[in-house]
Amino acid sequence: MAIITSKVNSRDETFLANKESMQAVMADLQEKAEKIKQGGGKSYQERHESRGKLLARDRIQRLLDAGSPFLELGQFAAWDVYDDYVPAAGVVAGIGRVEGVECMIVANDATVKGGTYYPLTVKKHLRAQEIAERCHLPCIYLVDSGGANLPRQDEVFPDRDHFGRIFFNQANMSAKGIPQIAVVMGLCTAGGAYVPAMADESIIVKEQGTIFLAGPPLVKAATGEEVSAEELGGADVHTRVSGVADHFAVNDEHALDIARRSVSRLNRPAKAKLDVEPVKPPRYAQEEIYGIVGTDLRKPYDVREVIARVVDDSDFDEFKQNYGNTLVTGFARIHGFLVGIVANNGILFSESAQKGAHFIELCAQRKIPLVFLQNITGFMVGKKYEAEGIAKHGAKMVTAVSCAKVPKFTVLIGGSYGAGNYGMCGRAYDPTLMFMWPNARISVMGGEQAAGVMAQVTRDGKERKGESWSAEDEARFKQPIIDTYEHQGHPYYASARLWDDGIIDPAQTRTVLGLSISAALNAPIEDTRFGVFRM
Amino acid sequence: MAQQLSKILIANRGEIACRVIRTAREMGIKTVAVYSDADTNAQHVLQADEAVHIGGSQSSESYLCADKVIAAAKRTGAQAIHPGYGFLSENESFAEALQDAGLIFIGPPVKAIAAMGSKSAAKNIMAEAGVPLVPGYHGEDQSDDLLAAEAEKIGYPVLLKAAYGGGGKGMRIVEKASEFAEALASARREAKAGFGNDKMLVEKFITRPRHVEIQVFCDQHGNAVYLAERDCSVQRRHQKVVEEAPAPGLSEETRKAMGDAAVRAAQAIDYVGAGTVEFLFDEDESFYFMEMNTRLQVEHPVTEMITGVDLVEWQLRVAAGEVLPMQQDEIVLDGHAFEARIYAENADDNFMPSTGTLAYLRHPDVSPYVRWDSGIVEGDEVTTFYDPMIAKLIVWDIDRESALRRLTNALRETRIAGVTTNTDYLHRIVSHEAFQKAELTTRFIEQYGDALHQREKGLPEAINLLTIAASIIRNRQHTANQDPWSRANGWRVNAPAKHRICLQAAGAENATVLNLEEADNAIYWPEHELAVRFAKDGAVLVDGLRFHCEIAQENGRYTLFSHYGRFDASLYDAVAELIHEEEAGNLTAPMNGTIVAVNVATGDHVKEGQALVVMEAMKMEYTIRAPFDATVEQVFFNAGELVSDGAELISLAVEE
Repeated sequence: MAIITSKVNSRDETFLANKESMQAVMADLQEKAEKIKQGGGKSYQERHESRGKLLARDRIQRLLDAGSPFLELGQFAAWDVYDDYVPAAGVVAGIGRVEGVECMIVANDATVKGGTYYPLTVKKHLRAQEIAERCHLPCIYLVDSGGANLPRQDEVFPDRDHFGRIFFNQANMSAKGIPQIAVVMGLCTAGGAYVPAMADESIIVKEQGTIFLAGPPLVKAATGEEVSAEELGGADVHTRVSGVADHFAVNDEHALDIARRSVSRLNRPAKAKLDVEPVKPPRYAQEEIYGIVGTDLRKPYDVREVIARVVDDSDFDEFKQNYGNTLVTGFARIHGFLVGIVANNGILFSESAQKGAHFIELCAQRKIPLVFLQNITGFMVGKKYEAEGIAKHGAKMVTAVSCAKVPKFTVLIGGSYGAGNYGMCGRAYDPTLMFMWPNARISVMGGEQAAGVMAQVTRDGKERKGESWSAEDEARFKQPIIDTYEHQGHPYYASARLWDDGIIDPAQTRTVLGLSISAALNAPIEDTRFGVFRM
Repeated sequence: MAQQLSKILIANRGEIACRVIRTAREMGIKTVAVYSDADTNAQHVLQADEAVHIGGSQSSESYLCADKVIAAAKRTGAQAIHPGYGFLSENESFAEALQDAGLIFIGPPVKAIAAMGSKSAAKNIMAEAGVPLVPGYHGEDQSDDLLAAEAEKIGYPVLLKAAYGGGGKGMRIVEKASEFAEALASARREAKAGFGNDKMLVEKFITRPRHVEIQVFCDQHGNAVYLAERDCSVQRRHQKVVEEAPAPGLSEETRKAMGDAAVRAAQAIDYVGAGTVEFLFDEDESFYFMEMNTRLQVEHPVTEMITGVDLVEWQLRVAAGEVLPMQQDEIVLDGHAFEARIYAENADDNFMPSTGTLAYLRHPDVSPYVRWDSGIVEGDEVTTFYDPMIAKLIVWDIDRESALRRLTNALRETRIAGVTTNTDYLHRIVSHEAFQKAELTTRFIEQYGDALHQREKGLPEAINLLTIAASIIRNRQHTANQDPWSRANGWRVNAPAKHRICLQAAGAENATVLNLEEADNAIYWPEHELAVRFAKDGAVLVDGLRFHCEIAQENGRYTLFSHYGRFDASLYDAVAELIHEEEAGNLTAPMNGTIVAVNVATGDHVKEGQALVVMEAMKMEYTIRAPFDATVEQVFFNAGELVSDGAELISLAVEE
C-alpha cells in the first residue's frame, strides 16, 4: 500500500482559477463534440431518417450491447481542416461491446457528404483498422458511403495508406483470425463494394443497401444498359443470386440484429490474463484534476496529484522514487489492471531518462501495460548535460519505448515538445491508443522557444550584416510564429489530423484508460526484444 | 361415540387444503395430502405430514376420483377425510363410499347432501320447515289468465322465467299488470325458440337483491347454532368477488330471524357440521331461501374473523363426535371483516384467466388484522387445470370503515407479477363510492362495470416508464464482472452516458423509446425533463417526489408496484416484432388449454373474422379467428388435444 496523500486544497485560489479555466475549455470541447454528433445537420438527418434509415450513431447504439460503453475514436477528425464541413471525417469509429465481445465499429455517416472518403476519412478508417489489428478486435463495418471523394482522388486513392489499404487490412486481419463483418445499409459503390465482398460475413438491407462496381449511371454510359440500383446490386440480388452478401435484412434494425448474431458465433478466445485485483475507485475526486492542472502549461504541479485521481485507491507504488525525480515511475492499478505508469514531473535529465528506460524494460519483461502521462518541454540542454551524454541517455529511453511490446497508452496531459515526445511514447512510438487533454499542446518546441530561436538566428544574420533590430521589430517578428505554434499545437488541430485518437475529459481519463487496457488485452502480450542500448 | 381423530386426509388442494392442515396441526392431528401430477411441488403437499400421488393433472384423473382418495386414506391409515370445497365436497356417493369404507366424512350425512343436491326438492323441504322462499308460481297449469292471477298474487314487479331456460333468454321483468300479457307472449316465443319449451315460472322480482348467507353449525347430538351472516353480493358471473361479515345495515332482529330460519333449514335435514344457507335479501330486509351449501365455504374466514371461531376446528371436533364448543348465546360478533379473492385473471379483458409462473409475489404482512390464505408461493405456477384463485386476502378491524381502509391498503400491498391478477380491479371495487357506502346488490359489478374498468389515475406514465427503465439500467450495472466494458454504464466520450430503452406500456398501442442520459447516479430523460434516482433505502426520487416501489421482472416484462397501484410494461423488441409481423399468417394459442373444435381443414378458403379453432381454458371458450382472407396451409392440432400458450395452431397463406 502506497496511498498518495493529496496536498490539494480545493478552496485555494490557484485551484479555483485553474478549475474555472479548465471548465471553460471543457465546455468548449463538449459543445463542439455535441455539434460533431449531429453529423451533417438536421435537414440531412431528417432526409436520411425519412428513408427508413437509422443515423450512424443510432445504428451503433443498437448494435451495441445494452448499456455498453462506446469508446469513440477520432471524434475530432477533419475538424476545421477542409473548406467543407466534414464532422468526424464522415465516419464514426470506436470500440464497443457486441454480444460480450469488444469490437471495432466503423460506421459511415451518409449525412456528411454522402459518407464519401476524404483523405482524413481514409486515415481514420485505417487507424481504426490498425487498432483492431493490434488489439485483435473483430471489425464491424456499417457501410453507407458513396466511396472515394472524387475531387480529392489524388490524396485518397494511389498511395500506400490510401483507400486500397482498407481491403488489404481486411484480408490480412481475416488471415490473422480477426473477424470482418460488413453490414451494407446504403451505398457501397466501386471500391466500396469490396468492403462487404472482402468481409468474412456480410449483411445487406432490403431496398437500402446496394453493392456494385459501377452504379446505374456508369453502366448506362459504358454499355447503354438501363437498370435500377436495386436490380443491379440490391439485397435480393446479392443474397439470392450473386452471393456477394450472406444475410438479407428487412431494415436497419434487423440487419444490426443479424450482425449481433454473427458476433455471438465468433468463438473468440479469452482475453490475455493479467494480474487483476478488485476495482477500487480513487480516493480523490477525479474532477479535481481541473483545479490541479489548469490551462497554463507553465505552472508546475506535482503529477502525483493527477495519478492519485486516475489509479485505483490512489495507490501508487513508486519505483526509484529518489532518483531522477523529474520522471515519476511506478506501479498502480487502473480498473483492477496492473499497469506501469511513466509520468513527467519536470524536464528530463540524464538520470530521469535512465530511470525511464529501466522502468520500461521492467514492465516489458513482466508484460505489464504502460501508461505514459506526458507533460514535457524536453530534455535539459547545456554544456554540462551534453558532456554527461544526455543524448545517449535519452536514446536509451527512446529505444526502450520503441521496442517495448506491451500495450502502451499515452495521454498528453500538458506540453508535448521535442524529444520529450519521443521518450514519452508520442504517436511515432506506436502507442496502442493515444489521447489528449483539451489543455495540452503539441509541437516540436514551445511557440515562445521557436520564436526565440528563429529571432536569434535572424538577429545573428542582421548583426553579421551590421544591421540593427529593434525590440519592437523582434516582437513583431515573433508574434506570428507564436500564434502559428499555438494554433498548430492546439488539441483541435492535432486531433483533427489524427495525431492522436481523441481529445478526452481529464476527469474521464481513468475510464478511458480502463476501457483501453481491457480492449487491448484481447490480443496476447508479445515478448519484447530490445535494440542495442548505448551505454 | 366420540372418536379421537389422529390422522385425516384432505381430499383437496390449494389454499383450502393448506387451511385445513393449519388447524389440524394446531390440534395435533396428522395430515395426509393427495396430489396430482401438476401439484407435485404444491404447498399443500409440502405442508402435509404425508402426501399420496393420486393421478394425472386433470381433476377427473385425480381430485375427482373417489376411489383413489379412499385408497390413499386406507394406505396411510387416515381416519377421516376433509373434502374442502369443490371437487368431492358435495358428492353424496363419495360420502356414501366413505361410510362403506369405514372412514369418517368431515361433512354432513349423506342424506343431508342428497336433500340439498336437488334445488327444487330443497325448496320444498324448506317451505315445509317454514323457511321463506321467493314467492312464485312453479305450477303445471300454464294458462295466460292463471299466470296473470299468480303474478297479481305475488305482487309486481314480477319475473317471468323460462322453466328450462338460462342465460337471460325467455326472461322478462314485468313492472305492472298492464304489461303482463305482452311480456308473457314474447318470453314464451323466445323460450320456445331457444329451448323448445315455453313453460314459464313466475317469481317475485327483487329490485335491489343482496346475497346474504348464514353460517350454521350442527353437531351429531342435535345442537345447532348460527354464526351470523356474510354479505356476498359483489359477484361476477355468479362468482363471489368480495365478501364481508357482518352484512352492512342488517338489524339484530333480522339477523336473528335469518339465523333461526337457517337453523330450522339445517335441522329439517338433520344436518351435521358446517353449512351455509344462502338467502336473497331485499331492501326491506325480507329474505328468501336460495340454496344450502353443505360444506365449508370459500369465504368462511370472514365469519372466523368476527366470531373468533375456527370453523375447521369445529368441523374436526364435530366429526369426532364432540358437542358444539359454543351455544348460540356465547357467539358474540366483534368488528368487521372483508375477504377479497385474488385471481389470476384479466379483469379488463373479460376476466380471461391468466396462467403462468408467479415470478413475483409479495403480500401484506400477516397480523391480527390481516390474513392471507393461499396455497401458492412465489415461483409456483398457475395452470389451466384448476381454479385460478391465487389467494384470499382477509382483513379485520373494529368497524366497516376501518376494515375497508385496511382492505384498500392491503390490496395495494398485494404485489403479484408473472400472471395478470385482479388486485387493481378489486381495489377499484372496494374504493368505489357505492361500495364505500355499502350500497350493495348482486348487480353491483354489472351496474358500475364501466367505472370499475377505469384505471385509477396513478403516477404519470412518463414517471412509471422512466422508473422502470432506470431500474433496468441499474440491474444491468449490478454485475460481478469488473471489466470496465461489463459495467453497462452507457459511457460516451465527451458526452453524458447514454442509454436507450424501448418499453411498451401494457395496453398502449405503441412502444415508447426512452433516450436517457446518466450522470451523478441519476437517470435523466431529456424529452420529459425528468430525472430519477434511487435512494439508499430503495425509494425512488423523481420530479421532487419520493416514494417506495418494487419492480418485478420476468422475461422482459416489468411491473412497478407502489401505493399508486401497479404499472405494467415490457421491453419492446422491434426486430422480434418485425419478424412476428412477417409471420402474422401463423396463429397461436392465447393460453394453455384444450382444443375444442377445429372448424377448418387444409386448403379451405377463409374470410377475415371467420372462426378457425375453438379452445377451452379454465372453463372458458376462446375462438381463434382469421385475421385476413386466406387459405389454410396447415392445421397443427386436433380437437381434444392440449396446447400450450404460444403454440402455433394453424398457418394461413394470404390469398394473392
